[in-house]
Amino acid sequence: MPQNEHIELFQKRYGKRLDHEERTRKKEARAVHTKAKYAQKALGIKGKLYAKKRYQEKIQMKKTLAMHAESDGKRRSNDEPKKGAVPAYLLDREQASRSKVLSNTVKQKRKEKAGKWEVPLPKVRPIAEEEVFKVLRSGKRKRKQWKRMITKATFVGQSFTRKPPKYERFIRPTGLRFTKAHVTHPELKTTFCLEIIGVKKNPNGQTMTQMGVITKGTVIEVNVSELGLVTPGGKVVWGKYAQVTNNPENDGCINAVLLV
Amino acid sequence: MVARGEGQRPGKRAKPNKEEPTTSAHDDQANPKGAEEEVKDAIIGLRGQDGSSLGPPLKVPLSMEPKNLEVLVNKLLSEGDDDDDNDGIPRPYSFFIDEIELSGSLRQHLEKHGNSLESLEVTFKPQAWFKVLPVSRCSATMTGHTESVLSVSFSPCGRHLASGSGDTTIRLWDLNTQTRQNECKGHGDWVLCVSWSPDSKVLASGDNKGAVLLWDPECGDKIGALRGHKDAVTAISWEPAHLSLPSRRLVTSSRDKSLRVWDCGTRQCLFSMHSHRQAVTSCVWSGQGLIYSSGRDTAIFVWDTERGVMVRQLQGHGHWVNTMALSTEHALRSGPFDHKGRRPAGDEEARRAALGRYEAALGGRPERMVSGSDDFTMFLWQPGQQDGKRPLARMTGHKNLVNQVRFSPDGQWIASASFDKSVKLWNGHTGKFVCSFFGHVAPVYQVSWSADSRLVCSGSKDSTLKVWDLRTKKLRGDLPGHEDEVFAVDWCGTGAFVASGGRDRCLKLWRH
Repeated sequence: MPQNEHIELFQKRYGKRLDHEERTRKKEARAVHTKAKYAQKALGIKGKLYAKKRYQEKIQMKKTLAMHAESDGKRRSNDEPKKGAVPAYLLDREQASRSKVLSNTVKQKRKEKAGKWEVPLPKVRPIAEEEVFKVLRSGKRKRKQWKRMITKATFVGQSFTRKPPKYERFIRPTGLRFTKAHVTHPELKTTFCLEIIGVKKNPNGQTMTQMGVITKGTVIEVNVSELGLVTPGGKVVWGKYAQVTNNPENDGCINAVLLV
Repeated sequence: MVARGEGQRPGKRAKPNKEEPTTSAHDDQANPKGAEEEVKDAIIGLRGQDGSSLGPPLKVPLSMEPKNLEVLVNKLLSEGDDDDDNDGIPRPYSFFIDEIELSGSLRQHLEKHGNSLESLEVTFKPQAWFKVLPVSRCSATMTGHTESVLSVSFSPCGRHLASGSGDTTIRLWDLNTQTRQNECKGHGDWVLCVSWSPDSKVLASGDNKGAVLLWDPECGDKIGALRGHKDAVTAISWEPAHLSLPSRRLVTSSRDKSLRVWDCGTRQCLFSMHSHRQAVTSCVWSGQGLIYSSGRDTAIFVWDTERGVMVRQLQGHGHWVNTMALSTEHALRSGPFDHKGRRPAGDEEARRAALGRYEAALGGRPERMVSGSDDFTMFLWQPGQQDGKRPLARMTGHKNLVNQVRFSPDGQWIASASFDKSVKLWNGHTGKFVCSFFGHVAPVYQVSWSADSRLVCSGSKDSTLKVWDLRTKKLRGDLPGHEDEVFAVDWCGTGAFVASGGRDRCLKLWRH
């Protein structure tokens, strides 16, 4: 190891060797071979470390190449006009919220007409009555067994008033009641937290639907008025159906897909 | 034709005022009515739009309705005016008492609004001779564009229709067969605005990259390119026909903060104006030989058209100024063409016809301009006057930004489209609020007047068009049919069609 800058000093005083350029070029050209030889020969931890270093270098190189290719591509794609043209008075406006607004395209309309009941989850696991309803014993001696507690998530409407507790047959625990659902629009791939209006259909039967039980596969009606969706007739769409995709009683939230 | 144009000028109408109307003239009108009903009379003074009174106060029965008053006014005005140039058809008028329109009989009006019987001032305003029928059905859906339709414009002659789209093309449509005539390719980006020259011979279009192209509407060929802007062209305005015919000069405003005035003959930029500090949103070439421009820097500038010198700066708005409209915009836009799309043959006569139409639209008053802004207000200006810096009125009432304002063709009303889902109607002379039109469920983007100033059509984000009636101040027709937002609405100068285009990529034609 040189202790001082004597090489530079030498070169300053006497100039470089006459074949200096040639030697550096050859050394550089040979470097890949030397490195490859070493990489094959190196064993143990040194080999591992060296391989890792080489691998990272390779990734870095690929990234750089991709970046250059992209910047070339951008120059080319600049000539193409962007999608989603807006008039002059909407330039620089509402660009942020644009993805939130659902556009009722022709495609969507056709889908709506074709099959409202072609749902994303066509089959669901049937749930037994015993699983949903837990028997509660009542009476002074706890002999009576006609009270039931619902162990699944439920939706209870705003206008619901309880019967006198003594005669209430079905108990819907407040901890499992839901008023909002996370609804995903399948085409826009965006999710909104929307209010539930009602339970349209529970695949496990009419009683479940009436009770407002929400299990996986249930079709619920949600309030989409915030999304600013309009019908071709120019009316605001208020309620739309969505199908629940998770098990709300396990997860503590409702995830659903909008049926469009 | 020229004589007809002259007949509409209020200067002429004021002439018979000097003569004393005899009481017998009014007795002829009043007696047959008064005999049937309980006679209860009011003394009214009739006043013209400019405030001049039409003879001494008259004693008329309270059962008089607008149509009776119309006969009376026509009779009083036609005395001593022998050259009846409208084949004996009485001119329609609307009547106002304290700026409230008279809709039923005088008695009903007085009961409703509680005016005193003494010294009742009735103002009469002339209305258009012709009537435009309200559009009520979609006569054609013209597809072809592969992206949103961004701008729609009828030519001043009413024979051509051009639409600019996000697919970088302009399409010219044949109104008789309602099919495509030409597809004009040449732009490199969204075509944001299209504008016809007042003589209908050239179509100018501006795109999102700053190119302005000129097209021949007959064959759809590109006849020139005006390059210089570096960002989106937001508006194009031609020099009015009464100042020069054939049209040669036009002004464009752009997002690159500048305005440019071009010569279409040489395709040269004559000069450019750079005082705006932010994007320029609209530009208007006024009939007085000035250019007005509004920008997002909240200022409105008035420019000289010879060298591009700034004449004055109008301050008042607190946020982006979005739109401007002139009280004479219909006359300037239609140039020498009348409501049937006819024009005199020679250029000189056509220029004179355009001047006649312009002066009729002025009505002996200075030109007014209204501007609408993001600060939810509008201002009424007289930018051509010496004290033009002072606004005539500040119009407040909208609860969201004002996207477009339009003067009615006779200059008496202003309609404003706002993002608060309403269209509001204002008095065009004083800027007073008249009424709101509610009905849209989403922001209203554009409004357009019928040529007779009796109807307004509005296009909205809620995918519908709505036609509003000015007399009843109510919804006249609901026109659903678009599948998505309506970006552009235009009512033909001849009144036969309304064209609309939007995000659903098709252009719709609406008819009666």
